[in-house]
Amino acid sequence: MSERSISVDRPRSLKRFFFQWEWLLVLILIAVNVINSTLSPYYLNFGSLVGSTNSFLDMAFLVLPMTFVIILGNIDISVASTVALSAVVMAVSFNAGAPMPLAVALCLVVGTACGLFNGLIMVKFKELSSVIVTLATMIIFRGIAYVILEDQASGHFPAWYSFLAWGSVRHVPFILMVFAVCAVAFGLLLHKTSFGRKVFAMGNNLTAARYSGIKTDSVVVAVEALTGLMAGFTALFLTSRMGSTRPNVAQGYELSVIAMVVLGGVSTSGGSGRIGGPILAVFIIGYLNYGLGLVNTTANVLLIIVGSLLILSVLVLNLRFGRNRHPAPPGAKMIARGKVPEEKA
Amino acid sequence: MSGEMIKGTARARVIRSGEGFRELGLLVFIAILCVAFQLRNHSFLTLANIKDLLDNTAILGILSVGMTLVLITGGIDLSIGATIALAGMTSALTGMVIPAINPLLSILEGMAVGLVIGSVIGLLVARFNILPIIATLGLMNIVRGATYIESGGAWVSSYQMSDGFKALSTGTTLGVNNLVFIALVIFVLFWYFVNHTKTGRRIYAIGSNPEAADISGIPRRRLLWLVYATMGVLAGLAGVLWVSKFASAQGDTALGYELNVIAACVLGGVSISGGSGKASGLILGVILLGMLNNALPLINVSPFWQQFIQGVVILAAVLTNVAVKRNNIRLALRKRAI
Amino acid sequence: MRKSFLRTIMVLAIMTVAATSLVAQNYAIVFKNTGNPYGEKQMAGFKTGIEEQGFQAILRAPDQPTAEAQISIIQQLIAQKVASICIVGNDFDALTPVLNQATAAGIKVFSLDSSVNPAARLTHVNQADSVKIGQTLVQAAYDMIGGKGEIAILSATSQASNQNLWISYMKQELTLPKYKNVKLVKVAYGDDLRDKSVSETEGLLKAYPNLKCIIAPTTVGVAAAGKVLTDKGLKGKVFLTGLGLPSEMATYIENGVCPYMFLWNPIDVGYLGSYVATALVGGKITGAVGDKFSAGRLGNYTITKAPDGGTEVLLGPPFKFDKSNIEEWKTVY
Repeated sequence: MSERSISVDRPRSLKRFFFQWEWLLVLILIAVNVINSTLSPYYLNFGSLVGSTNSFLDMAFLVLPMTFVIILGNIDISVASTVALSAVVMAVSFNAGAPMPLAVALCLVVGTACGLFNGLIMVKFKELSSVIVTLATMIIFRGIAYVILEDQASGHFPAWYSFLAWGSVRHVPFILMVFAVCAVAFGLLLHKTSFGRKVFAMGNNLTAARYSGIKTDSVVVAVEALTGLMAGFTALFLTSRMGSTRPNVAQGYELSVIAMVVLGGVSTSGGSGRIGGPILAVFIIGYLNYGLGLVNTTANVLLIIVGSLLILSVLVLNLRFGRNRHPAPPGAKMIARGKVPEEKA
Repeated sequence: MSGEMIKGTARARVIRSGEGFRELGLLVFIAILCVAFQLRNHSFLTLANIKDLLDNTAILGILSVGMTLVLITGGIDLSIGATIALAGMTSALTGMVIPAINPLLSILEGMAVGLVIGSVIGLLVARFNILPIIATLGLMNIVRGATYIESGGAWVSSYQMSDGFKALSTGTTLGVNNLVFIALVIFVLFWYFVNHTKTGRRIYAIGSNPEAADISGIPRRRLLWLVYATMGVLAGLAGVLWVSKFASAQGDTALGYELNVIAACVLGGVSISGGSGKASGLILGVILLGMLNNALPLINVSPFWQQFIQGVVILAAVLTNVAVKRNNIRLALRKRAI
Repeated sequence: MRKSFLRTIMVLAIMTVAATSLVAQNYAIVFKNTGNPYGEKQMAGFKTGIEEQGFQAILRAPDQPTAEAQISIIQQLIAQKVASICIVGNDFDALTPVLNQATAAGIKVFSLDSSVNPAARLTHVNQADSVKIGQTLVQAAYDMIGGKGEIAILSATSQASNQNLWISYMKQELTLPKYKNVKLVKVAYGDDLRDKSVSETEGLLKAYPNLKCIIAPTTVGVAAAGKVLTDKGLKGKVFLTGLGLPSEMATYIENGVCPYMFLWNPIDVGYLGSYVATALVGGKITGAVGDKFSAGRLGNYTITKAPDGGTEVLLGPPFKFDKSNIEEWKTVY
């Protein structure tokens, strides 16, 4: 009797390596840049390309933890409100006399606290979906910001604070440097640590993850706290960009962030995705807006272009892969149906 | 063996009765809220105010029915705000060019616009397997841009609308305001559809377990398309009614309104992951949200506290519901006969 | 002989400088949001003025009325090296850093309609004296209610800088002894959303059953209030005035719910802005008090001191719309 073996190794081939979602996103990014350069002579120079990143990178800090949230199978629409509340608390505390470094720390603390609040409610009331919890907190957090600051603006920060959003070191914007560090950190966290594996496991099958000993509650709370912390980062850079803050900042950020994550190949059903995709999506959408803006495309047309790009990219990628981004190992589908695969000689 | 069988059916009965009481928490919460608001301002529970409340909530109700169908299948539709704007603007522009047009034709026109948009979404989701959140997010942008372009940046104002058109939302049928009447009819149709028709039950199946639905021969793709097309038609209807109610068609009509609708549905117990949601819960969710919008300006709090109060009320409503449900299940389990 | 030679050289030099400064220059205007007919008219007026002076106009507006979106637009304009930016601000303070970047890049920055922080602008084009707007609206309410009663204000968003300015002057006006029998009971915020403005109006009517007049200094709010008052048959019992588009308010002026209201011509505001832009770029004015310039068909203007500490140019007094002229104006804007 010959031995039957079931291989779970994905066959490695150059073709398979390049036909991944992330590489196709790279292609789209290059296409966007090519189109932009032909449209406007102001686009393709180092200062413009690199300098324009500060207009979309503040949102990008939220894309990193949102990837974790969506891989978990959850969603968090309260991030924009967390940004607003953190920014307002920072501004108000600074103007009330706190030294700026303390105010900055307070911003991050408030952001993390909002995330913790979300996470705790999610784990204590598991019947509630993440949508309804974050919908409620979205309204509550911004509501608190309004209670604190009402219709005023708060600012007058020290001169060095504008360096965060506007400063650069040797022509590389500071915000780009910080984002790069965060992106690497989150990438390592997701793909190289056991915490990341746990997130994937929970996204794939929550019950199985729980029964295999993963402390799912801690993971959910940790991911939400991380989201809150990065919302604090966004608040720091956004406030620096505007030099002041109000309770109504960052409106609509949550939808843009979710769009970037989903465009990056992370499925909202959870359990799959890589950090590279959303990061590429950030730059795709950011450069698209910037390049089209350089030729003064009207907002109406821009809306249509961005919306179409979103759908077309996903359409193309879906046609290529169906819904499964990372194809199953050979024989897996047959095994699932209870049959035994043929031996491969 | 038989002992286990008995336990099995008893447990099933317990769980089902837990579901049946699900709306009780919400109902109690609404009652408490009514009392609180009435104490704060005695004109809250007057006939005039309740009429205002219903008028303002009717459109939300119509949209919630469509959104519930979408949510039951496990999807989501973020484009309804834009659909409302486009349908409303189109019918208003037509009415401006052809003043003698029958208002009912305007409604049909709006519904047709909504049908087209909903069909496109349905196609993208059912045929091309695009995630609903992405398809509707993309379409939200496209349709909104199209609305701005179609209107050329201008608004259609009250004086450019025929009286018949404006009477669509101010007139009455059988003694009830048109909007409320239409909303009630749609609710009744919805209730009948999901509880007493095969197609309706199948929609729950799709949301509950898509693979199982596929394998058991349910035409999943066709039904998905149907659900999004229905949402589109209802959004188109809502668009015409909206423009008629406010006697103005703007490009940024209903910007962000989809979140209100989703909130009403989820408050009413519709699950975001699909597979469950009842008409009775939905009505309560819609009424709760409508109450908040109506009462917050009434109770004389600083406008800067309004949003905070709204959020806290929603959170409290949801948590209360969960607490009541848990309590009921626990009580019922204690009572089970062994 | 030498004098005329020198004179010729000077004239030639000036002509050369003038000619080079007239080489294809772009003048940009950034409005609050798209799809707003008031904004469209303003930008159209700006464009007309710029083009009749021989330059090119760039018209931009974000799809949402946020400061963040305007910051991105201004960054794109800086990269395009425009000659001047005319900003209709979504936020009084939040645009300061990016506008300072524009100024540092040599772009002339000034605001129009909705002002920005004086530290970020050279001057501001104001459609009408803010103090006068507040006074006029309060006076109108006073006249409509017969000198005594409760009034309320329905505003846009709580952070709208021009609304807040006018409201503050309204409150200031109400402290005068003439208005001792007029009581302002509430300032409600409709956020420039139709449905919220309707809810807030209905709330006002129920919370204050003795309310006599609503002042709504915002085009969406005043039209929403007009609809509510019409539907409830409150004509003559609760009066309405404010700042509204003639097209939106035509129905409510004609049916008497709003006896009269005010606004100004947004086309003229934009047109005036275009001449401010070219005057700044051409060096004719610097935005200081006392600077004079000519604004095409509108005539000559002088820059004055603005109440917020900067300088401004005033278009003129607010224009009154009532039954006698609404028919003519409702199709214009």
